[in-house]
Amino acid sequence: MKYLDEFRDGATARALAATIRNEALTGREYRLMEFCGGHTHAIFRYGIKDLMPANLRFVHGPGCPVCVLPAGRIEAAIKLVEEHQVILCTYADLMRVPAGKKDSLHKAKARGGDIRMIYSATDALGIAQANPDRQVVFFAIGFETTTPPTAAVLKIAHAMELKNFSVYCNHVLTPPAMAHILDSAETQIDGILGPSHVSSVIGSCAYASCCKQYKTPIVIAGFEPLDVLASTLMLLRQINTGRHEVENQYTRVVSSTGNEKAQALMRDTLVMRALFEWRGLGRLPDSAMQIRGTYADLDAEKRFAMQDIEVAENKGCICPAVLRGVSDPDACKLFGTVCTPEDPKGACMVSSEGACAAYYSYGRRRA
Amino acid sequence: MCLAVPARIISLDSAANMAVVDLDGIRKETSTMLLDSVKVGDYVLLHVGFALEVINPDEAERTLAIFAEMRADAP
Repeated sequence: MKYLDEFRDGATARALAATIRNEALTGREYRLMEFCGGHTHAIFRYGIKDLMPANLRFVHGPGCPVCVLPAGRIEAAIKLVEEHQVILCTYADLMRVPAGKKDSLHKAKARGGDIRMIYSATDALGIAQANPDRQVVFFAIGFETTTPPTAAVLKIAHAMELKNFSVYCNHVLTPPAMAHILDSAETQIDGILGPSHVSSVIGSCAYASCCKQYKTPIVIAGFEPLDVLASTLMLLRQINTGRHEVENQYTRVVSSTGNEKAQALMRDTLVMRALFEWRGLGRLPDSAMQIRGTYADLDAEKRFAMQDIEVAENKGCICPAVLRGVSDPDACKLFGTVCTPEDPKGACMVSSEGACAAYYSYGRRRA
Repeated sequence: MCLAVPARIISLDSAANMAVVDLDGIRKETSTMLLDSVKVGDYVLLHVGFALEVINPDEAERTLAIFAEMRADAP
């Protein structure tokens, strides 16, 4: 396919990897965090990890929205289905994420809950129109990439004066999570492979303050293997010359200011939430969005007076440490035995973008 | 979750902000309401039923040229 195949060429990949090995200085370590689950996936799927010099390590970041959503938010969504008999619409990724008490949306559906997987946010509108006597809630999650479609749906539902539709908003923001990780002394990060499609919405400028404050180079990288390799080389060169700048490798999609129409739509329909809990990172201020007052009649949290639910993490699962880049998935005693993609115990094993799922699918049998 | 795929616009309904895109032979309806201007033949990034951004063909060529240069310079 155009714009995919040419960015996956094997010979060019080997040449880029050879250049990286050649330019990596001995006597030091390079710890590069790939923020996005999409990058983690590319690094494993294309064997990029194995082409790197021994002193270059990829540290996996929290950029998997399914993985960072706390179990309590899923339990609250199950309550909507079982106590308020709503039709709950959600993206497929969320279905098997563990909620509290070994529950999940998938299991709630099996018990008879009306939970529907949708491809597009607009599908939820269609379901609401087709079921005028039922309440329909769209369980919205995702980073800035997935937020504009939710904003669009709020706008359309408002214009249509849909009375039986609302949105359970769980959208989170990338720059605050990045700043949080760089701020914690837990993990040494020498450079960051920045988000691909989040950046197409918010623009490469959005990372300038983070880059400056923490003196850490950031390279916006495409999701294809050659993009990842070229961006890794750009990071290496910044580190070797003592620079810390925001550079953009993914120029075919990302501009410095991003998609301003999408940003305007988000500003119109959503506002900053004071505090939001992230699995693994804890409660972070100004790190998530909620529905703006003008659209309050479409806010499921208000319509159903939803309360925060605290759910204890599975004690054996080290997802929180994996999400902070502190531990590798195979350090978990549940990994690959008790916890597998077929029967996940932690969120990082559920999503195909999760670090545990990437290790399990591509890295398990490494000699 | 943030994955998006390149798809070519094959027809547009500007009044409805909708387009039909071709994904390697598969046709799909997509919303164009997040884009300022888009025309038939453009490649867009498709994400949860929305065209998120137009792929800039000149920049794509430039990136491929940089790859070719890096490959020529490789040890």
